[in-house]
Amino acid sequence: MTIYLLCLILFCCGLYCILRKRNIIKIILGIIIAEYAANLFFILVAYRLNGRAPIFSPDTTITNMVDPLPHALVLTAIVIGLATTALLVIIAMRIYEKYGTFDITKIKELKG
Amino acid sequence: MTELYLLLIFMIIAAIIAIEIKDLLSSIIAVGAVGLGLSIVFLILKAPDVAITQLVVEILCLIILIRATLKKDLLFSTTGRWFLNTLIVAGFISIFLFVAGKALRELPEFGRPIMKVAATYLKEGLSKTGATNLVASVILDFRAYDTLGEATVLFTAVIGVLAVARRVGRKKQGSELEEED
Repeated sequence: MTIYLLCLILFCCGLYCILRKRNIIKIILGIIIAEYAANLFFILVAYRLNGRAPIFSPDTTITNMVDPLPHALVLTAIVIGLATTALLVIIAMRIYEKYGTFDITKIKELKG
Repeated sequence: MTELYLLLIFMIIAAIIAIEIKDLLSSIIAVGAVGLGLSIVFLILKAPDVAITQLVVEILCLIILIRATLKKDLLFSTTGRWFLNTLIVAGFISIFLFVAGKALRELPEFGRPIMKVAATYLKEGLSKTGATNLVASVILDFRAYDTLGEATVLFTAVIGVLAVARRVGRKKQGSELEEED
Protein backbone atom coordinates (compact mmCIF):
# COMPACT_ATOMS: atom_id res chain seq x y z
CA MET A 1 0.00 0.00 0.00
CA THR A 2 2.95 2.34 0.65
CA ILE A 3 3.98 2.06 -2.96
CA TYR A 4 0.57 3.26 -4.14
CA LEU A 5 0.99 6.24 -1.83
CA LEU A 6 4.40 7.09 -3.33
CA CYS A 7 2.82 6.92 -6.80
CA LEU A 8 0.07 9.26 -5.56
CA ILE A 9 2.66 11.72 -4.26
CA LEU A 10 4.30 11.76 -7.69
CA PHE A 11 0.91 12.52 -9.25
CA CYS A 12 0.38 15.34 -6.74
CA CYS A 13 3.75 16.85 -7.74
CA GLY A 14 2.50 17.02 -11.31
CA LEU A 15 -0.87 18.41 -10.23
CA TYR A 16 0.78 21.14 -8.15
CA CYS A 17 2.98 22.07 -11.10
CA ILE A 18 -0.01 22.31 -13.45
CA LEU A 19 -2.07 24.44 -11.09
CA ARG A 20 0.54 26.73 -9.60
CA LYS A 21 3.24 27.51 -12.17
CA ARG A 22 2.99 30.39 -14.62
CA ASN A 23 5.44 29.29 -17.29
CA ILE A 24 3.84 27.30 -20.12
CA ILE A 25 6.81 24.93 -20.39
CA LYS A 26 6.55 24.20 -16.65
CA ILE A 27 2.85 23.41 -17.07
CA ILE A 28 3.71 20.98 -19.88
CA LEU A 29 6.32 19.35 -17.63
CA GLY A 30 3.67 18.99 -14.94
CA ILE A 31 1.33 17.27 -17.39
CA ILE A 32 4.16 14.90 -18.36
CA ILE A 33 4.89 14.03 -14.71
CA ALA A 34 1.21 13.39 -13.95
CA GLU A 35 1.01 11.16 -17.02
CA TYR A 36 4.02 9.15 -15.87
CA ALA A 37 2.42 8.67 -12.48
CA ALA A 38 -0.83 7.42 -14.04
CA ASN A 39 1.05 4.93 -16.23
CA LEU A 40 3.07 3.75 -13.24
CA PHE A 41 -0.13 3.20 -11.26
CA PHE A 42 -1.53 0.86 -13.93
CA ILE A 43 1.65 -1.20 -14.03
CA LEU A 44 1.72 -1.37 -10.22
CA VAL A 45 -1.83 -2.72 -10.15
CA ALA A 46 -0.85 -5.40 -12.68
CA TYR A 47 2.15 -6.66 -10.71
CA ARG A 48 2.09 -10.08 -9.07
CA LEU A 49 4.60 -11.00 -6.38
CA ASN A 50 7.46 -13.11 -7.80
CA GLY A 51 5.73 -12.96 -11.17
CA ARG A 52 7.25 -13.45 -14.62
CA ALA A 53 6.97 -11.30 -17.72
CA PRO A 54 3.97 -12.33 -19.87
CA ILE A 55 6.02 -14.12 -22.53
CA PHE A 56 5.71 -17.84 -23.14
CA SER A 57 8.85 -19.92 -23.42
CA PRO A 58 8.95 -23.12 -25.48
CA ASP A 59 10.46 -25.52 -22.95
CA THR A 60 8.90 -24.59 -19.60
CA THR A 61 5.33 -23.83 -18.58
CA ILE A 62 5.05 -20.59 -16.64
CA THR A 63 2.14 -20.25 -14.26
CA ASN A 64 2.87 -17.03 -12.38
CA MET A 65 2.68 -14.41 -15.11
CA VAL A 66 1.84 -10.78 -14.37
CA ASP A 67 -1.36 -9.28 -15.78
CA PRO A 68 -0.79 -8.50 -19.50
CA LEU A 69 -3.91 -6.35 -20.00
CA PRO A 70 -2.75 -3.13 -18.24
CA HIS A 71 0.60 -3.51 -20.01
CA ALA A 72 -1.17 -3.33 -23.37
CA LEU A 73 -3.25 -0.33 -22.29
CA VAL A 74 -0.22 1.56 -20.95
CA LEU A 75 1.77 0.79 -24.10
CA THR A 76 -0.77 2.63 -26.22
CA ALA A 77 -1.16 5.41 -23.64
CA ILE A 78 2.58 6.18 -23.68
CA VAL A 79 2.62 6.64 -27.45
CA ILE A 80 -0.47 8.87 -27.36
CA GLY A 81 1.23 10.86 -24.60
CA LEU A 82 4.18 11.58 -26.88
CA ALA A 83 1.89 12.86 -29.67
CA THR A 84 -0.13 15.11 -27.36
CA THR A 85 3.08 16.45 -25.79
CA ALA A 86 4.34 17.37 -29.24
CA LEU A 87 1.04 19.19 -29.93
CA LEU A 88 1.29 21.11 -26.63
CA VAL A 89 4.90 22.09 -27.30
CA ILE A 90 4.22 23.33 -30.81
CA ILE A 91 1.30 25.47 -29.57
CA ALA A 92 3.55 26.86 -26.83
CA MET A 93 6.16 27.74 -29.46
CA ARG A 94 3.54 29.58 -31.52
CA ILE A 95 2.45 31.51 -28.41
CA TYR A 96 6.08 32.46 -27.82
CA GLU A 97 6.38 33.65 -31.39
CA LYS A 98 3.30 35.84 -31.09
CA TYR A 99 3.74 37.29 -27.60
CA GLY A 100 7.46 36.88 -26.98
CA THR A 101 7.01 35.19 -23.61
CA PHE A 102 6.08 31.91 -21.98
CA ASP A 103 4.40 33.63 -19.04
CA ILE A 104 0.65 32.98 -18.95
CA THR A 105 -0.11 36.19 -17.05
CA LYS A 106 1.44 38.27 -19.84
CA ILE A 107 -0.43 36.72 -22.75
CA LYS A 108 -3.90 37.66 -21.62
CA GLU A 109 -4.04 40.74 -23.83
CA LEU A 110 -5.66 40.06 -27.18
CA LYS A 111 -3.27 41.02 -29.91
CA GLY A 112 -3.11 40.85 -33.68
CA MET B 1 11.13 -4.64 -3.37
CA THR B 2 13.55 -2.20 -1.72
CA GLU B 3 14.92 -1.04 -5.06
CA LEU B 4 11.38 -0.20 -6.16
CA TYR B 5 10.90 2.13 -3.18
CA LEU B 6 14.32 3.70 -3.73
CA LEU B 7 13.59 4.34 -7.42
CA LEU B 8 10.19 5.84 -6.63
CA ILE B 9 11.70 8.18 -4.03
CA PHE B 10 14.38 9.15 -6.58
CA MET B 11 11.63 9.91 -9.10
CA ILE B 12 9.73 12.06 -6.60
CA ILE B 13 12.89 14.03 -5.73
CA ALA B 14 13.66 14.53 -9.43
CA ALA B 15 10.08 15.71 -10.01
CA ILE B 16 10.32 18.23 -7.17
CA ILE B 17 13.63 19.51 -8.58
CA ALA B 18 12.05 19.78 -12.03
CA ILE B 19 9.16 21.78 -10.62
CA GLU B 20 11.09 24.17 -8.43
CA ILE B 21 14.32 24.92 -10.35
CA LYS B 22 14.48 28.27 -12.15
CA ASP B 23 16.35 27.27 -15.29
CA LEU B 24 14.02 25.71 -17.87
CA LEU B 25 16.68 23.50 -19.50
CA SER B 26 17.72 22.01 -16.14
CA SER B 27 14.08 21.40 -15.32
CA ILE B 28 13.61 19.48 -18.59
CA ILE B 29 16.68 17.36 -17.83
CA ALA B 30 15.21 16.57 -14.39
CA VAL B 31 12.00 15.39 -16.07
CA GLY B 32 14.20 13.15 -18.21
CA ALA B 33 15.59 11.65 -15.00
CA VAL B 34 12.01 10.94 -13.88
CA GLY B 35 11.25 9.20 -17.18
CA LEU B 36 14.37 7.07 -17.18
CA GLY B 37 13.72 6.04 -13.57
CA LEU B 38 10.18 5.13 -14.64
CA SER B 39 11.59 2.94 -17.42
CA ILE B 40 13.75 1.03 -14.89
CA VAL B 41 10.73 0.66 -12.59
CA PHE B 42 8.77 -0.88 -15.48
CA LEU B 43 11.62 -3.32 -16.01
CA ILE B 44 11.59 -4.32 -12.32
CA LEU B 45 7.80 -4.73 -12.43
CA LYS B 46 8.21 -7.29 -15.26
CA ALA B 47 6.92 -5.18 -18.12
CA PRO B 48 9.77 -5.23 -20.68
CA ASP B 49 7.68 -4.03 -23.66
CA VAL B 50 6.47 -0.99 -21.75
CA ALA B 51 10.00 -0.26 -20.54
CA ILE B 52 11.41 -0.22 -24.08
CA THR B 53 8.61 2.03 -25.33
CA GLN B 54 9.00 4.36 -22.37
CA LEU B 55 12.74 4.72 -23.04
CA VAL B 56 12.26 5.65 -26.70
CA VAL B 57 9.35 7.99 -26.00
CA GLU B 58 11.27 9.67 -23.19
CA ILE B 59 14.22 10.46 -25.44
CA LEU B 60 11.98 11.85 -28.21
CA CYS B 61 10.04 13.90 -25.66
CA LEU B 62 13.27 15.45 -24.34
CA ILE B 63 14.40 16.35 -27.85
CA ILE B 64 11.08 18.09 -28.59
CA LEU B 65 11.09 19.99 -25.30
CA ILE B 66 14.72 21.08 -25.60
CA ARG B 67 14.01 22.33 -29.13
CA ALA B 68 11.14 24.38 -27.74
CA THR B 69 13.12 26.07 -24.97
CA LEU B 70 16.47 26.64 -26.63
CA LYS B 71 17.46 30.30 -26.85
CA LYS B 72 14.24 31.47 -25.21
CA ASP B 73 13.93 33.91 -22.34
CA LEU B 74 13.64 32.52 -18.85
CA LEU B 75 11.71 35.27 -17.14
CA PHE B 76 9.43 34.43 -14.27
CA SER B 77 6.79 36.74 -12.90
CA THR B 78 6.52 36.68 -9.15
CA THR B 79 3.79 39.25 -8.76
CA GLY B 80 0.14 38.39 -8.31
CA ARG B 81 -2.10 37.00 -5.61
CA TRP B 82 0.40 34.57 -4.15
CA PHE B 83 -1.56 33.62 -1.03
CA LEU B 84 -4.89 33.06 -2.78
CA ASN B 85 -3.31 30.95 -5.51
CA THR B 86 -1.47 28.74 -3.04
CA LEU B 87 -4.63 28.33 -0.98
CA ILE B 88 -6.66 27.25 -4.01
CA VAL B 89 -3.98 24.79 -5.12
CA ALA B 90 -3.74 23.30 -1.63
CA GLY B 91 -7.51 22.95 -1.58
CA PHE B 92 -7.59 21.10 -4.88
CA ILE B 93 -4.75 18.76 -3.89
CA SER B 94 -6.36 17.96 -0.54
CA ILE B 95 -9.68 17.16 -2.25
CA PHE B 96 -7.82 14.90 -4.67
CA LEU B 97 -5.93 13.17 -1.84
CA PHE B 98 -9.15 12.63 0.11
CA VAL B 99 -10.90 10.97 -2.84
CA ALA B 100 -7.83 8.95 -3.81
CA GLY B 101 -7.34 7.76 -0.24
CA LYS B 102 -10.92 6.47 -0.21
CA ALA B 103 -10.37 4.73 -3.55
CA LEU B 104 -7.07 3.15 -2.48
CA ARG B 105 -8.81 1.12 0.23
CA GLU B 106 -10.92 -0.65 -2.39
CA LEU B 107 -7.92 -1.77 -4.42
CA PRO B 108 -6.51 -5.29 -4.14
CA GLU B 109 -3.31 -5.56 -2.15
CA PHE B 110 -0.05 -4.85 -3.97
CA GLY B 111 1.28 -8.01 -5.63
CA ARG B 112 -2.09 -9.80 -5.82
CA PRO B 113 -3.98 -8.68 -8.93
CA ILE B 114 -7.52 -9.88 -9.58
CA MET B 115 -6.87 -10.95 -13.20
CA LYS B 116 -10.45 -11.84 -14.06
CA VAL B 117 -10.15 -10.80 -17.70
CA ALA B 118 -6.51 -11.73 -18.10
CA ALA B 119 -7.09 -15.33 -17.02
CA THR B 120 -8.69 -16.02 -20.40
CA TYR B 121 -5.80 -14.41 -22.21
CA LEU B 122 -3.26 -16.40 -20.22
CA LYS B 123 -5.09 -19.66 -20.84
CA GLU B 124 -6.02 -19.31 -24.50
CA GLY B 125 -3.64 -16.66 -25.79
CA LEU B 126 -1.09 -18.99 -27.29
CA SER B 127 -3.56 -21.38 -28.94
CA LYS B 128 -5.87 -18.65 -30.28
CA THR B 129 -3.36 -16.12 -31.61
CA GLY B 130 -0.08 -17.99 -31.89
CA ALA B 131 1.86 -15.13 -30.35
CA THR B 132 4.28 -16.02 -27.57
CA ASN B 133 4.30 -12.46 -26.29
CA LEU B 134 0.95 -12.00 -24.59
CA VAL B 135 1.11 -8.20 -24.63
CA ALA B 136 1.44 -8.26 -28.41
CA SER B 137 -1.46 -10.69 -28.69
CA VAL B 138 -3.65 -8.44 -26.53
CA ILE B 139 -2.75 -5.30 -28.51
CA LEU B 140 -3.01 -6.74 -31.99
CA ASP B 141 -5.64 -9.46 -31.64
CA PHE B 142 -7.92 -9.42 -28.59
CA ARG B 143 -8.14 -5.63 -28.44
CA ALA B 144 -7.33 -4.66 -32.00
CA TYR B 145 -10.18 -2.10 -32.16
CA ASP B 146 -8.62 -0.36 -29.17
CA THR B 147 -5.35 -0.10 -31.06
CA LEU B 148 -7.19 1.20 -34.13
CA GLY B 149 -8.74 3.99 -32.04
CA GLU B 150 -5.35 4.76 -30.56
CA ALA B 151 -3.84 5.06 -34.03
CA THR B 152 -6.66 7.46 -34.94
CA VAL B 153 -5.87 9.67 -31.94
CA LEU B 154 -2.17 9.51 -32.80
CA PHE B 155 -2.64 10.61 -36.40
CA THR B 156 -5.08 13.34 -35.37
CA ALA B 157 -2.42 14.73 -33.03
CA VAL B 158 0.22 14.51 -35.77
CA ILE B 159 -2.06 16.36 -38.21
CA GLY B 160 -2.58 19.01 -35.53
CA VAL B 161 1.17 19.40 -35.07
CA LEU B 162 1.71 19.73 -38.82
CA ALA B 163 -1.13 22.24 -39.19
CA VAL B 164 0.17 24.45 -36.40
CA ALA B 165 3.82 24.14 -37.39
CA ARG B 166 3.63 24.73 -41.11
CA ARG B 167 4.95 27.95 -42.58
CA VAL B 168 3.11 28.14 -45.90
CA GLY B 169 0.05 30.37 -45.76
CA ARG B 170 1.20 32.61 -42.93
CA LYS B 171 3.70 34.47 -45.05
CA LYS B 172 1.61 37.51 -45.95
CA GLN B 173 1.06 38.81 -42.42
CA GLY B 174 4.53 38.02 -41.43
CA SER B 175 7.48 40.19 -40.84
CA GLU B 176 9.04 38.01 -38.12
CA LEU B 177 9.92 34.78 -39.86
CA GLU B 178 13.59 34.56 -38.95
CA GLU B 179 13.28 31.44 -36.85
CA GLU B 180 13.27 28.22 -38.87
CA ASP B 181 12.07 24.89 -37.67
